[in-house]
Amino acid sequence: MSDANGADAPAYLVQVSGLSKRFGETYVLSDVDLAVTAGEKVAIIGPSGSGKTTLLRCVAHLERPTAGHVAIAGQRIGEKLVNGRWREMSDREIAQIRTGIGMVFQRFNLFPHLTALENVMLGPTRVLKQSRAEAEPLARELLRKVGLAHKAADYPERLSGGQQQRVAIARSLAMQPRLMLFDEATSALDPELIGEVLSVMRTLAQDGMTMLIVTHEMQFAEDVADRVIVMDHGRIVDEGPPHELFRSPSHPRTQAFLRAVVDRQTMSDAAPETSGPEAAAP
Amino acid sequence: MNAWLTVWGLLPVLLIGAITTVQVTAGGFVVAVLIGLGCAIMQNFRSRLLRAVIAVYVDVFRAVPVLTQLFIIYFGLTEIGIRLDPVPSAIVGFGINGGAYLTEVFRAGIESVHQGQLEAAQMLGMTRLRAMRIIILPQAMRVVLPPLGNFAIGLLKDTALASAVAAPELMFRARNLVDRTFLSTQIYAVTAVIYLAMSLPLGHLTRRAEARVARGRR
Repeated sequence: MSDANGADAPAYLVQVSGLSKRFGETYVLSDVDLAVTAGEKVAIIGPSGSGKTTLLRCVAHLERPTAGHVAIAGQRIGEKLVNGRWREMSDREIAQIRTGIGMVFQRFNLFPHLTALENVMLGPTRVLKQSRAEAEPLARELLRKVGLAHKAADYPERLSGGQQQRVAIARSLAMQPRLMLFDEATSALDPELIGEVLSVMRTLAQDGMTMLIVTHEMQFAEDVADRVIVMDHGRIVDEGPPHELFRSPSHPRTQAFLRAVVDRQTMSDAAPETSGPEAAAP
Repeated sequence: MNAWLTVWGLLPVLLIGAITTVQVTAGGFVVAVLIGLGCAIMQNFRSRLLRAVIAVYVDVFRAVPVLTQLFIIYFGLTEIGIRLDPVPSAIVGFGINGGAYLTEVFRAGIESVHQGQLEAAQMLGMTRLRAMRIIILPQAMRVVLPPLGNFAIGLLKDTALASAVAAPELMFRARNLVDRTFLSTQIYAVTAVIYLAMSLPLGHLTRRAEARVARGRR
């Protein structure tokens, strides 16, 4: 089946080949290659504006690549081979591929007019066409898994940022995806709420989920990731196992970036206990 | 006193006119909503031609008085062999004219919903169209309902213009009765009360609907 899509047998769950993305005159991604095997957890780090989020959005086909392509389990997303030529996929075909990809956004993007439970049930009932009776047990189980069984009937506005993000993770998981994308899932959270979201992500990693994680949480990346990728100016400049990369970085860009991160964290650690929510804002 | 008694006797005639007013209002409203919603959704499609056509439609039909449009539909179209009765003419006229306004109302509503909502829906495997229906439009209604209510009330009153193309609505009947009885004060006063009795519930209905879509909202 994968032959029909012009790809080799899907040795990789995610394969990014020669990916470039240009916004206007600026190349946000330049010729990026990346292959992720099933079950692998890949953390993507790097300074802001380095293209991490765009890379993730291209994998989800929320951005159309300027050049190159992304294949999920051997099937290109956004393009299909028709009579020997690559044609653009229909919205419906892209949607079909996306059912296998969960994405967690920096701003949660919960549906504000639906309760937590309804948010989680929406995909299964509206897209997978399950009945309410079929979908509800799994949805409640997922809410329990993220520690929010008691918030099932609450609307998002009544939930804290951390709780909203955990509902958002449960909402993605309800589609039983084989790949989860995390786009700075904790960057919009107050410091005291970050831990609860990271712990849900840790559990997910232990369950064997394939994860692509754009993050600024270096400790988390080191603990959870099988591989860390460092991006700068739209390119992957370094990659390796986390302990190597963090403990003895060899690439100058990685060294510079990690130094900057460590400086910032040391500074905030040294700061007196005045850090309210204001101080937490970037 | 006698005059008021006479008008009381004529009330059924006015009420029959009021029914026509409601028909034209409801018909025109439905047509306008369908056109407005359709155009607003299509503006999100990639086709530049489609977007340009919609932009021209909105500009043109907002710029020409609705009375002129009614005349064109009722009198003008006979030239090319299309002959509509007064009431259907009025419904089509108000519908097309209102559609131009409502395109902008729905567009503003759709744009008021954060882009992230569409993306989250797409990542659940929804097509753009389904995301629009299930996620975007219900949220857009919060922004759309107040102007939509205004439009409905405005339309109810504007249907008086349909008397100019001989649609036998409330104003048309009232004018006929005045011509026959010369009781202009009494008849127009009763007519005003009937309009009021129809408009006020519409305002109430809008506020109830607004409260309904405000669910889960800050």
